[in-house]
Amino acid sequence: MARYAGDSTARLGFALMRYSIFNLVRQALSGHRAWGPAWRDAAPKSAYDVVIIGGGGHGLATAHYLAKIHGISNVAVLEKGWIGSGNAGRNTTIIRSNYLLAGNNPFYEWSMKLWEGLEQDLNYNAMVSQRGVLNLYHSDAQRDTYARRGNAMRMHGVDAELLDAEAVRRMLPFLDFNGARFPIHGGLLQRRGGTARHDAVVWGYARAASDRGVDIIQNCEVTGFIREAGTIVGVETTRGSIRAGKIGMAVAGSTSRVAELAGLKLPIESHVLQAFVSEAIKPFIPGVVTFGAGHFYISQSDKGGLVFGGDLDGYNSYAQRGNLPTVEDVCEGAMALMPAIGRVRVLRSWGGVMDMSMDGSPIIDRTVIAGLYLNAGWCYGGFKATPASGWCFAHLLARDEPHAVARAYRLDRFATGHLLDERGVGAQPNLH
Amino acid sequence: MLLIECPFCGARPELEFVYGGEAHIARPAADADLTPGQWAAYLYARSNTRGVHAERWRHTRGCGRFFNALRDTTTDQFIATYEIGQARPPSVPAQKIP
Ligand SMILES: Cc1cc2nc3c(=O)[nH]c(=O)nc-3n(C[C@H](O)[C@H](O)[C@H](O)COP(=O)(O)OP(=O)(O)OC[C@H]3O[C@@H](n4cnc5c(N)ncnc54)[C@H](O)[C@@H]3O)c2cc1C
Ligand SMILES: [Zn+2]
Repeated sequence: MARYAGDSTARLGFALMRYSIFNLVRQALSGHRAWGPAWRDAAPKSAYDVVIIGGGGHGLATAHYLAKIHGISNVAVLEKGWIGSGNAGRNTTIIRSNYLLAGNNPFYEWSMKLWEGLEQDLNYNAMVSQRGVLNLYHSDAQRDTYARRGNAMRMHGVDAELLDAEAVRRMLPFLDFNGARFPIHGGLLQRRGGTARHDAVVWGYARAASDRGVDIIQNCEVTGFIREAGTIVGVETTRGSIRAGKIGMAVAGSTSRVAELAGLKLPIESHVLQAFVSEAIKPFIPGVVTFGAGHFYISQSDKGGLVFGGDLDGYNSYAQRGNLPTVEDVCEGAMALMPAIGRVRVLRSWGGVMDMSMDGSPIIDRTVIAGLYLNAGWCYGGFKATPASGWCFAHLLARDEPHAVARAYRLDRFATGHLLDERGVGAQPNLH
Repeated sequence: MLLIECPFCGARPELEFVYGGEAHIARPAADADLTPGQWAAYLYARSNTRGVHAERWRHTRGCGRFFNALRDTTTDQFIATYEIGQARPPSVPAQKIP
């Protein structure tokens, strides 16, 4: 990893310092005043081999793997605000690969494997914490569907354990086991699931990509596409026009708007999802827990705050803030599951705009327009997908063919009927 | 809490309503002749407007009837509600909330 110390100096205009115990001690001796910036805030050039629209986790991860795996580093990531200002910086940070369908499971498991090696790859502490994800079940029928999902996971080589009520009680004695309206019968546990620090994932990918020569350009909104003979050859932006060999869209909640600039209408709706954090308390919840009888999920951050969420607000919205009925619904789920939480105060809540696909699964594919590639439809589970999404989108952009684990994420599946309906409830834009 | 004006019952809290997605999506005539792409466009493609959006709502916990609404998706403010079958009213921009 000597690369980090010396040879980037010329490219970046500053030496990217490798994070290590040695450098920490050295910096401490000089009062921590000599740490350089982690990545370079670039100005746009007139042309690149690849332009990525969207500086969220997916766009930055794509740039990193384009440079690292495919040797394509003449790349720009264009971000209309600041990197991580979208859903990447707003999510509840749950990572897992507990999927049922053969089209989904290998993709999310590849993501999990990348999470497991991410900090070494990026030389950045993304606080990946495999503290376990437990999905509770509350009826015999629900146990059967969870057992089926667990078996599908194990057949794909993914860890899954079906716990009975006693085992759950030993893990989480504070849940309501006393005559609850929806009694806890057990849970499906993925021990390798957990959480990661969302901003650190953004900054870590940005730093690693920038170090390999990728230009990260902020305050640069794409406002149009440049077309020549039916092919898209560049973008118009608030910082001028930029030409590109290929253009990849990774704009999450803004997907329909940016696609519209290219004349595309997609099977996506934008919906608001809220998240909540409580005041910090002593360690209480060891892993991630989800309620199976309503929609509620919770974990505890390393700072001590309880981080939780639930359903979408339920109607198309770009408002980036939610409404009170959903707040109430989420808190009711919390109280039904763990009454002790009623004594904790909510500190903050916020919303993010999600790209809800019509079958609840993502799209990583070419579009019908030559030169334009699409990464979208992440619904509200796209954080865990960040590494594999970047990996597979980079593969598609570099080689013009889908990566093996992302073959099902075709845009034409809505026409061919090969929908990926993980929940099995029919296509509608409120799945994840 | 949003207040939604049901054309039949008047203003009621949003809890009484269920959202029904984009309005005015007509099922194509001669549907036996549609290509898979045309079916996909009808079933799944959505305008997903940022701004004034025409959409269906149902007053499930009231009169039970469907109606249409214009709502600004950047503020969630309702601009108009109207009966199914009526043409979309002109989309005047939402008034600024004082
Ligand atoms: C409240 C909440 C909780 C969530 N919880 C989880 C969770 O626990 N686990 C999980 O796996 N997922 C979760 N998600 C989903 C996850 O956050 C998203 O699916 C994922 O972050 C989307 O990918 P991204 O990081 O690239 O998106 P974003 O960070 O939204 O990146 C898209 C970027 O594109 C930029 N952009 C848009 N238009 C333009 C333009 N015209 N020009 C230039 N740039 C543009 C935006 O500014 C934005 O920065 C949650 C989401 C929310 C909102
Ligand atoms: Zn009514």
